[in-house]
Amino acid sequence: MSDTAVPIPAIETNGGTLRLPADAPLRLDSGATLAPLEVAYKTYGRLNATRSNAVLVCHALTGDQHAASTHPITGKPGWWSRVIGPGLPLDPDRYFIICTNVIGGCMGSTGPSSIDPATGKPYGLTFPVITIADMVRAQAMLLDALEIETLFAVVGGSMGGMQVLQWAADYPHRLHSAICIAAAARHSAQNIAFHEVGRQAIMADPDWRGGAYDAHGVRPEKGLAVARMAAHITYLSEAALQRKFGRELQRDGLSWGFDAPDFQVESYLRYQGASFVDRFDANSYLYITRALDYFDLAASHGGVLANAFRKARDVRFCVLSFSSDWLYSTGESRDIVRALNAAGCRASFVEIETDKGHDAIFLDEPVLDSALRGFFESQASRRGLP
Amino acid sequence: MSALREDFKEILRLVRPNARVLDVGCGEGELLELLTQEKAVDGQGLEISPSGVAACLAKGIAAVQGDGDRDLDHFPTQAFDYAILSKTLQQMREPRHVLSELLRIADRAIVSVPNFGHWRVRWALLTQGRMPETKALPEPWWSTPNIHLCTLRDLTTLCDELGFRIEACAAVSRGQPARSIDPSRAIENWRAETALFLLTRERPRPPAPKPAVTGDLFD
Repeated sequence: MSDTAVPIPAIETNGGTLRLPADAPLRLDSGATLAPLEVAYKTYGRLNATRSNAVLVCHALTGDQHAASTHPITGKPGWWSRVIGPGLPLDPDRYFIICTNVIGGCMGSTGPSSIDPATGKPYGLTFPVITIADMVRAQAMLLDALEIETLFAVVGGSMGGMQVLQWAADYPHRLHSAICIAAAARHSAQNIAFHEVGRQAIMADPDWRGGAYDAHGVRPEKGLAVARMAAHITYLSEAALQRKFGRELQRDGLSWGFDAPDFQVESYLRYQGASFVDRFDANSYLYITRALDYFDLAASHGGVLANAFRKARDVRFCVLSFSSDWLYSTGESRDIVRALNAAGCRASFVEIETDKGHDAIFLDEPVLDSALRGFFESQASRRGLP
Repeated sequence: MSALREDFKEILRLVRPNARVLDVGCGEGELLELLTQEKAVDGQGLEISPSGVAACLAKGIAAVQGDGDRDLDHFPTQAFDYAILSKTLQQMREPRHVLSELLRIADRAIVSVPNFGHWRVRWALLTQGRMPETKALPEPWWSTPNIHLCTLRDLTTLCDELGFRIEACAAVSRGQPARSIDPSRAIENWRAETALFLLTRERPRPPAPKPAVTGDLFD
């Protein structure tokens, strides 16, 4: 960056933590309750007088509420700064953009590292198992507290897209439009299998201590890093890995050993793993991957996915997938679109041609931008937003 | 507006305001955009090419990437007032199935097809003995997407078999205003370059004819 760089226009950023008292518990799908409940969130822009311009942005597995603001730990720009900002598809001058940390997370919302009021110690593995629907229920409670009855849009990619689908199933009357990017209506056996590798890596770390690592003053960093490394491969396409790294070596010649990474791709993955542990909690990783694995929207609607959307006929949907995404492939998005059509919902769908894999959600994809821009634009005029 | 395709003008005339419209093979959404502006329709496109759908979305038109041959089955019955299939029927693998799906999904279907009975086509085939290449059918046989060409008479016959009523029919030629025609007249099968139909279900589909009383074939 040069000194003469144009300063980025400031976005009106707010947020905080919703604290619900013990007598207002969150009822979970498992039958358990969670109280007191905390939901950490950030907002960008300003709610208009008619409270009709709110957009809920839902984050992915390892994301958080810092969608368009500097991350407090890594110092990096928000994970969707490419989409949220002045002149971008989600312009804070126009919309009131809300992003919450999901429950079970580790950035301020109640999760396994929160203090269990019953014991005064971190929950650890005594934290109840949560679902995507539970995350959405907590978001709805936040909206109640913010006195926002309906959302102009709910939008998210990957796990965020699953929350979008859950919103459409559970709160269709509170939605005007819904955008689901690179997601699926259920976790496949392959998805579950990769998550199980990650969880086993964490639990195999001696520093995990049955989930009570906080009490021992340690952290299962090695296990969590391996989990991240395995997962990260699923976010990239073979073509993207080849293009970025190929078989390029770290230095001249092979090391004929195992101490240092020989290949650039190894070094890259180690970096991904090592930097991840600075900002993420191992138990949160277990709980959130569990929530994803349990997700099956058809199963919770009589085995017919269309049933999940029957009450969402007034919601306008936009479903997007990426051609090289093998984690949540285009076929999964197509199933969602067919179910929406069968339920009589209006839906747009496009498979975006890219070799960047699942990660394309966060990367420079002009077609993604123009699709989002066009969709928001048309919905804004339908909603009567200036 | 002067550059408006003649078939679009005719479709614009046929569609009622505020209708729910499905455009199968909507391309970049030109027709839906027009119908939205002029008739305030509630439109939805189906388009096979990703770039076409992306262009629709950028214009704010709802469109689904999909295949008219396969994906119509997933739309519920009578979800639309109009289903439009503009110059695409002849490119379908199963035109008969697609036609009946259109009138399952919508109350009315607007279908246009290039007429293989047009005199230029007949003349080209007669004099050159080769697959005709005309203004309406410009590609050579080995690269044409048109795999199920038909004549005006073929289509009226099929509509009859399917129990569809032809509410209106127009002959459309490039650069000329659409001309309302009686599709049953033989002369129109020579004259119409492209034929545009407004179809409805005339009657519930007749029950399949019962097989003759079983018995010995040699009774």
